[in-house]
Amino acid sequence: MAIYKLQINGKTLQADVEPDTPLLWVLRDHLGLVGTKYGCGIAQCGACTVHVNGGAMRSCVYPVSAVGNSPVITIEGLSEKGDHPLQLAWDEVDVAQCGYCQAGQIMTAAALLKKTPKPSDEDIENTMHGNICRCGAYHRIREAVKLASTKA
Amino acid sequence: MESISKNSRRDFLKATAITGGGLILGFNWFNVEAAPVIVSNSAFTAGNVGFNSYLSIASDGIVTIMSPNPELGQNIMTSFPMVVAEELEADWTKVNVIQANLDSKFQRQLTGGSGAVPHSWKLLRTAGATAKAMLIQAAAQQWSVPINECSAAMGFVIHAPSGKKLGYGDLAEAASKVPVPTDIKFKDRKDFKIIGTQVRNVENKKIVTGKPLFGMDFYREGMLFAMVQRPESFGMKLKSVDSVAAKAMPGIVDVISFKNNVAVVGKSTWQVMKARKLLKIEYEKDGVVESTDDHNKLFLSLMDTGTATVRRKDGDVDEAFKNAAKVVKGEYQCPFISHSPMEPMNFFADVRVDGIELVGPTQTPASARSQVSKLLNVPEDKITLQLTRLGGGFGRRLQNDYALEAAEVSSIVKAPIKLIWSKEDDMTGGIYRPAVRYRFEAALDASGSMIGYKLRGVGINSGNSTRENNFPSGAVDNLLIDSIEHKSPITTGAWRAPITNFLAYAEQSFIDEVAQAAGKDPVAFRLELLEKAKVKPVGDIRYDINRMIGVIKLAAEKSEWGKNKKVSQGFSVYFSHASYVAQVAEVEMQSGMPVVKKIFAIADCGQVVNLGGARQQVMGGVVDGLGHAMYSKLSFKDGAAEQKNYNTYRLIRMKEIPEIETHFVENGIDPTGLGEPALPPTGGAVANAIFKATGKRLRSQPFTDQDVFKAIS
Repeated sequence: MAIYKLQINGKTLQADVEPDTPLLWVLRDHLGLVGTKYGCGIAQCGACTVHVNGGAMRSCVYPVSAVGNSPVITIEGLSEKGDHPLQLAWDEVDVAQCGYCQAGQIMTAAALLKKTPKPSDEDIENTMHGNICRCGAYHRIREAVKLASTKA
Repeated sequence: MESISKNSRRDFLKATAITGGGLILGFNWFNVEAAPVIVSNSAFTAGNVGFNSYLSIASDGIVTIMSPNPELGQNIMTSFPMVVAEELEADWTKVNVIQANLDSKFQRQLTGGSGAVPHSWKLLRTAGATAKAMLIQAAAQQWSVPINECSAAMGFVIHAPSGKKLGYGDLAEAASKVPVPTDIKFKDRKDFKIIGTQVRNVENKKIVTGKPLFGMDFYREGMLFAMVQRPESFGMKLKSVDSVAAKAMPGIVDVISFKNNVAVVGKSTWQVMKARKLLKIEYEKDGVVESTDDHNKLFLSLMDTGTATVRRKDGDVDEAFKNAAKVVKGEYQCPFISHSPMEPMNFFADVRVDGIELVGPTQTPASARSQVSKLLNVPEDKITLQLTRLGGGFGRRLQNDYALEAAEVSSIVKAPIKLIWSKEDDMTGGIYRPAVRYRFEAALDASGSMIGYKLRGVGINSGNSTRENNFPSGAVDNLLIDSIEHKSPITTGAWRAPITNFLAYAEQSFIDEVAQAAGKDPVAFRLELLEKAKVKPVGDIRYDINRMIGVIKLAAEKSEWGKNKKVSQGFSVYFSHASYVAQVAEVEMQSGMPVVKKIFAIADCGQVVNLGGARQQVMGGVVDGLGHAMYSKLSFKDGAAEQKNYNTYRLIRMKEIPEIETHFVENGIDPTGLGEPALPPTGGAVANAIFKATGKRLRSQPFTDQDVFKAIS
């Protein structure tokens, strides 16, 4: 066990965990940030996506010992009032069915828009292809990313 | 006014006032036989009004409605209140929805069979219309004007002659004192303002901000985490456990064995996951251990030599086939598949001496409670169950095995437990869509009419795999449908659109083959059969011929069927869960491979409640049907699933979806199911389009294992 001071959503949060603990479980079990979801545990589905240093990261395979002082953003910290252009677009397009994968979808899309504010359809598909939505809401996910990119 | 509902049972609805001046209209949602219940204000503030559901109007005009059914993405938390709000003439922006917990007064507090809206349609309308009538009566009394001069709209009662107007919030307390009317009138459909429109999911904001909604998100101070190692092979049982190394790991509280399982209990999920890997477990044979190779051989031998149970018999098939000008035969097979909802199985259980608390995702909460009651010999009234949002279900959470495990582990370690499954546990843990093989045979006369039809299903753990009263039954004079079952230790269960999720593809592919052999257009051939069934029905017909014809014709029109488009089109139509869906798939060849570019989906589910949600169900169903037909399979080696996670078990992803165009038939019929019916037709439409494009008939799933896709699979 070791104490890790993590920069999460603009705050310094502390967890006493083993070094190989995936960031996902530190967030969920130790810091009460449960918006980041456990899906497959092997970086295949994207439900656990967070931002580390501004880039999308699969937190289920990212050990806490590798985080260091890198700023981490989770779905809870994407915007203060839940009004990030993607969050608004997700509501406007009415994307979610079961909703379980959507935080990971939004975080993946947010990293894309940060790097490429006006992505092409191909950029969107290439990026979002890595996130599974078992309900098959892919049409609306694509539409919402597009919508957010026109409003951001 | 369209129709009248008589609340002949006084106990269906009961009104009372809320402290601070409001109205609660409690109703025993699914059970008009329940005894009348006295509602007290203090009970309401405690969150229990004595009714299993209620509609309340607070003095600020906020309308709250309790939604009883488990929400797994079918959008029931939005569509139920829409129906109430419509009849209530509520302002939708002032409607609040609460998920109800398990209450034994419900008769159908479950999610399955696409049945919630059809079942509750009239009850929901009655609740809204009754409250509206009471609010109008309260206003008329206050103004001393005749009731029939008052009307309601957007959360207000209006007296047009005088221009008087009062909000529901201001009227709620007075309305609570009005006798509950027994004769209420429903709105005319043409006056609907909410029903049939696009209304956004009421939980959107919580979903996009990561609020704790799901069972996985439930945490309780002091709870322990548990994972269970089950035999990875079906047909094996636990022989011995060496848990010394696992127990020595940091954070591990206990390792226990029950049934064939070994549970690791610890202080955090990761500590449990790590320790679990150090378990040394020996298993031994417990009956037969099967592989997919065994099943493939079994399918072939049982098809000819198995003992078949006759499901339906019309006319004389032997005679028809003897006299046939042409006989067509086709066989189709599907693999096992996993439900694989995104949220892994999980449940919280706290088994204490004074009772049991259960929290988590289940499609059948009442069954979870009764099973736990039996397992631990605790009366049901000592068990509570809090429903969480389900991160997908697809039928997997009709079973409560994981809730039972949580309760059992909690009872053994005497601590509150959150038990979770990994994705690997889910894929190797059983309750799959069963593997099935079908043999179809058709006898055609010289004019190309189908005079005989035979269907035999051989299913693994699926006694009846044939849905024998569906089309084309009723349209063929001589017909024989039977089925053969192989009992396997590999566990199976209902998977979204049970049986029909695969049968529809096989049947609609075969109908396409028969149409081709008869030299007829596939759409015209289906219509010919249906017209015959109308004129000269054979035996029992459980589907509505006109509704089926309706979706077929609309699909042909919307897709410009047969208009020499530059794409290869495939047709499919299926009736399930009381609804009708026809689909046309369009395929193009790209670099020698068939690519599905577009699917038209035409649904007749009666009255659409939420147009946005309905489109979502149809599009999701099509994507689900396409994805599993194209990519997914679970194979077995020595009783163990060979695919254990998403790296080897393929699900459809964004770049693989075609354009989908949806249309709904408007016919004024009360709602029928929609969570499942759009899925079954997709595989057949796609397979038939691929046949058109390549000349190759796809006889088994997943399609990407077939020759036409070999170069890209």
